[in-house]
Amino acid sequence: MPEAPIQNDIGSLEPIAQMLRYRIIKTSHESGTPHLGSCLSCTDLLVFFYWHILNIDPQDPSNAQRDRFLLSKGHAAPALFQVLAERGFYPKSDLDGYGEDGSLFGEHPPTPSALPGIEAATGSLGHGLPMGLGMALASRISDVPYSVYAILSDGECNEGSVWEAALLAAAQNVSNLTVAIDYNKWQATGRSDEVLGLAPLAEKWRAFGWCVTEIDGHDFVQMSDAIEKNKADPRPKAIIANTIKGRGVSFMEDDNNWHYRIPTADEVKLAAQELGIEA
Amino acid sequence: MRNAFAQEVTAMAAKDPKLVLLSGDIGNRLFDKLRGGYPAQFMNCGVAEANMMGVAAGMALSGLRPIVYTITPFTTTRCLEQIRVDVAYHNAPVVIVGTGSGLSYASLGPTHHSLEDFAIFRAIPNIRVLAPYDAPSLRSVLREAVNSDIPTYIRIGKKGEKDLVPSEKAVGIGKTAVVREGTDICLLSVGTIGPEAITAADTLKESHGISAEVVLVNTVKPLDEVMLAGLAKRFKAIVTVEEHSKSGGFGEHVSAFLAQNGIPLPIVCLGTGDKFMHSVGSQSYARTYFGIDAPSIVTAAQNCLKGPVGATP
Repeated sequence: MPEAPIQNDIGSLEPIAQMLRYRIIKTSHESGTPHLGSCLSCTDLLVFFYWHILNIDPQDPSNAQRDRFLLSKGHAAPALFQVLAERGFYPKSDLDGYGEDGSLFGEHPPTPSALPGIEAATGSLGHGLPMGLGMALASRISDVPYSVYAILSDGECNEGSVWEAALLAAAQNVSNLTVAIDYNKWQATGRSDEVLGLAPLAEKWRAFGWCVTEIDGHDFVQMSDAIEKNKADPRPKAIIANTIKGRGVSFMEDDNNWHYRIPTADEVKLAAQELGIEA
Repeated sequence: MRNAFAQEVTAMAAKDPKLVLLSGDIGNRLFDKLRGGYPAQFMNCGVAEANMMGVAAGMALSGLRPIVYTITPFTTTRCLEQIRVDVAYHNAPVVIVGTGSGLSYASLGPTHHSLEDFAIFRAIPNIRVLAPYDAPSLRSVLREAVNSDIPTYIRIGKKGEKDLVPSEKAVGIGKTAVVREGTDICLLSVGTIGPEAITAADTLKESHGISAEVVLVNTVKPLDEVMLAGLAKRFKAIVTVEEHSKSGGFGEHVSAFLAQNGIPLPIVCLGTGDKFMHSVGSQSYARTYFGIDAPSIVTAAQNCLKGPVGATP
């Protein structure tokens, strides 16, 4: 059995998230890796899952009974790479050559066979949820107990495959599958509600037969409640996490330029100050 | 072949609880025994093939052995990105089965034809491409594919195909079967178009005094290079036959092998042309329309023995 999840006190999660935010920003500056806004909007969700929910053992990353986590919005891999290093799946020093020729660490997750801790090589949107659904169904078919969690972006909900998966998950009552939508209201080039008429997003998932909870995606208590209170519900679960793109750094928050922009050295320093990190 | 597939899957499911058949809402009644006997091992994923392929990859990465089954265009081009990323990139041991391949569903129009699958899959790493020619060969390669760790695509026909090689002589993945022995020219036939090649060989012998060997091939990728090099020594020419586009098909693969290995053997590649068939008709009509029926093979073989390399009908 994997170790019990580190049931860190909810109050202890924020400092971890702030520290990871700083590392993500610093690494973006050093390696020229984009998608900072997307990374910062789901950092709190990642910390919540990896430090409070997931039944995983970094020393035994392919244990059959481990919980599966899929970063379906694969372009937030720079955040996931920091999370996995901090959780001990590989040494933090592995990230030293981030983005260099031959590195495994870039813009998107490599395959599970290439990097421990990764469950799916996402990056093309709309793939993580169907694969996660397959993993959740495999738990039932093989009678091996575990849960599957996936973070999707709101822009990702443009993809038809997301809704195909939503339909099958509902038809099959896949109760061990939880999706968190990082609803930061932006996609690459515009407001996500304007590009493809996403709103009302919670109602859409509800109409597809899912157990839906809408929360503040930067509030760890609300995240925890959303998981706990629906544990016995037989339906697949969707958490609509209202988030702020670029969360944590004032000059990045809700500014979609940071989908692609790389911070300067001065901006990294400013960000460190705002995050309360001694750089 | 369809019925053989259902029987074989049911028999394997009885022995292997890891085997799961995912269907894209087709095969009405075909899988009743599987569904009835092993309900956990059958799932109708609906008409949602992109998701079905992703689900299969997720299952395979979790230790199951999923077989994805629907009509060929919908289990190939419809969900190509999921095949490339979720299955092939992850090296997930999914067996993808396309039914009614090639021109099996000629009467349903080009939406249901599949004449591009070899070309597409040849360019995708990690995935094997199989085209059994009859029910026994399907059973043989399917068993082998499910029991391996290699992502595999299998294109099969529909129903009523005659057995070309008896079950006890069925060969495995990558192996060939000689169904007519000859000395002048080799007809290298891949998949369910085998009977056209056999008829052509018989006609060549009886009406034209040409001794044609018919070699049935069940594997498009990886190419059996040893077999090809051997054939090149024995024959004056090769004709490849496939119910697939000439562009990127088996014949091109063989031609490239010969050219790149400096083997100066005349070759003609028979396949479908750069066009859609707007009319409807039987599979036989469609083969004639595209010039891949027995008479076309006879003509190609004669020309190939007569003329220089490069004669394309």
